[in-house]
Amino acid sequence: MKTHRWFTPWVLTLPALAWLLVFSVWPSINTLRLSFTDAKPLGGNADFVGVQNYSDLLHDGDVWNALLNSAVYMAICLPLLTVLPLLLAVLVERKLPFIAFFRTAFYVPVIASAVVVGLMWTWLLDDRGLINNLAKALHVVTAPVPFLTDRWLVLISAISLTVWKGLGYYMIVYLAALGNVRKDLHEAAAIDGAGPVRRFLTVTVPGVRGTMFLVAVLVSVAALRVFSELYILTGGKGGPGGKDQSLVMLIQQYAGGFYGNLGYASALSVLLFVVTVVPMAILARLNNRGES
Amino acid sequence: MKKIGEPSTGEKVLRYLLLLLVLIITVGPFLWQLSTSLKGAGEDIYTSTPQFIPSQPTLNNYSQVADAIPVWRYIGNSLLVAFLTVGGNILFATTAGYAIARLRFRGRRIVLGLFLGTLILPGEVTIISQYVTVRDLGLADTLAGVALPGMVAALNVLLMFNAFRALPQEVDEAAVVDGATVAQRLLRVSLPAVRGTLAVVAIFSFIQAWDDFLWPLIVLTSPEKYTLTVGLQYLSGTFTQDQRLIAAGTMIAFIPIAILFSALQRSFFKGVEEGGVKG
Repeated sequence: MKTHRWFTPWVLTLPALAWLLVFSVWPSINTLRLSFTDAKPLGGNADFVGVQNYSDLLHDGDVWNALLNSAVYMAICLPLLTVLPLLLAVLVERKLPFIAFFRTAFYVPVIASAVVVGLMWTWLLDDRGLINNLAKALHVVTAPVPFLTDRWLVLISAISLTVWKGLGYYMIVYLAALGNVRKDLHEAAAIDGAGPVRRFLTVTVPGVRGTMFLVAVLVSVAALRVFSELYILTGGKGGPGGKDQSLVMLIQQYAGGFYGNLGYASALSVLLFVVTVVPMAILARLNNRGES
Repeated sequence: MKKIGEPSTGEKVLRYLLLLLVLIITVGPFLWQLSTSLKGAGEDIYTSTPQFIPSQPTLNNYSQVADAIPVWRYIGNSLLVAFLTVGGNILFATTAGYAIARLRFRGRRIVLGLFLGTLILPGEVTIISQYVTVRDLGLADTLAGVALPGMVAALNVLLMFNAFRALPQEVDEAAVVDGATVAQRLLRVSLPAVRGTLAVVAIFSFIQAWDDFLWPLIVLTSPEKYTLTVGLQYLSGTFTQDQRLIAAGTMIAFIPIAILFSALQRSFFKGVEEGGVKG
């Protein structure tokens, strides 16, 4: 049975395919090409400079520092954002009155722009902001905590912001997965006298194991891509001495302006790609090993 | 023996207490920002005994934002980018997703593989060469340049593909027997069945475009072309002293998206449950 003419599928896919080629496939190739040149933001001739950008990158203190920040970012985000949203999903899974309201409310930080929540947190964490004032009122501290001016505290503040903003998103991912966990297993475990904690560990967690790996991958990649949180919390400066910059902040910095250098920014982009592939590969391996 | 599904009163109380705690953590900061934005110049916002309810609520800060930055223009710019993004994704993700899911043709697997393959590529990796492409098209420092790359997202094509693929094959076959064309089958038979996923695609595209910061920051250089997020950052850079003003600015960017989301949240969560996020 003939269902369509031969060219119909191509007409339907052509726009999306064209976009994919122009704005994903070609830029991927071009990033690699540009990383061997000294291309400038305003155009003009770009000369081939060999591996110059890559050797500069190895001797750039900012790059090593950004990698250190990324490692810390990932080390803290990964456990928190893999586990907390699952607990939250279990909390909102039960159909109770007003539960739809709570689900929606917990999702609100996800829909807000990182710029909006970044500015909100800047105000909350200010020396004279709400959190320092409350801490002082409760006599937890005597002097304001320098959340936004201390090299490590800035990073911790940005991580907290990322975790806070991500809770609702991963909660929804888990919620979809929890729907597939077999109810009879829960009931059988309850009959055997297993408490809520035991049932969570022996029924829920194995039931959403695959989703936990997916979330772990998404969280690690997101942690390595961090930009807006650090940019806004430090007013674009990257903290004291520029120590709180991420790789993407460095890329943005070299993208334009007086010091713009698209060749170097492209080499940084290639580095970013390499470091995001590593956690994906490790987690995929762990997942396969666990299943076999 | 206790039955699952009927929580005891103690469990219910505990659950609601936890829900309220998380509610304070997630929504509290927004309310504090709203409160700050409504406080007048006469009210000390740095006091060590924080007041949640403004003593003399005023909308003064909101009108002052409009004096400091062309906020209406920025809203217009953001809306333009968001509408182009939503339109492009709805149209092209639907057509491509439908063709790959429901029509047999040579090269289908390769096309699907291409869309899947770009998913693992973080957008930031190609942002520099994407800027070069947009610049070479003569679209640097334009809103069209901001909107263009996001008008078709591979993820949305795959979401639509998944939704169309889940529909029973018999429906299509019956329509073919009745002599329905591809366009009729897509618009009358399949599309109404995937409205949930379409809503998810539309909402996600809008939020993503409205909230985006890094890409417009790279593309735009003239302040009059800024989108709202870049404009807000500009506002906070120029008026760091007055937190009331910044708070009003953030509320201007946040309130429209909050209203949109609460109006569409039912279809959004339904669409997500329909399999929007399942592989």
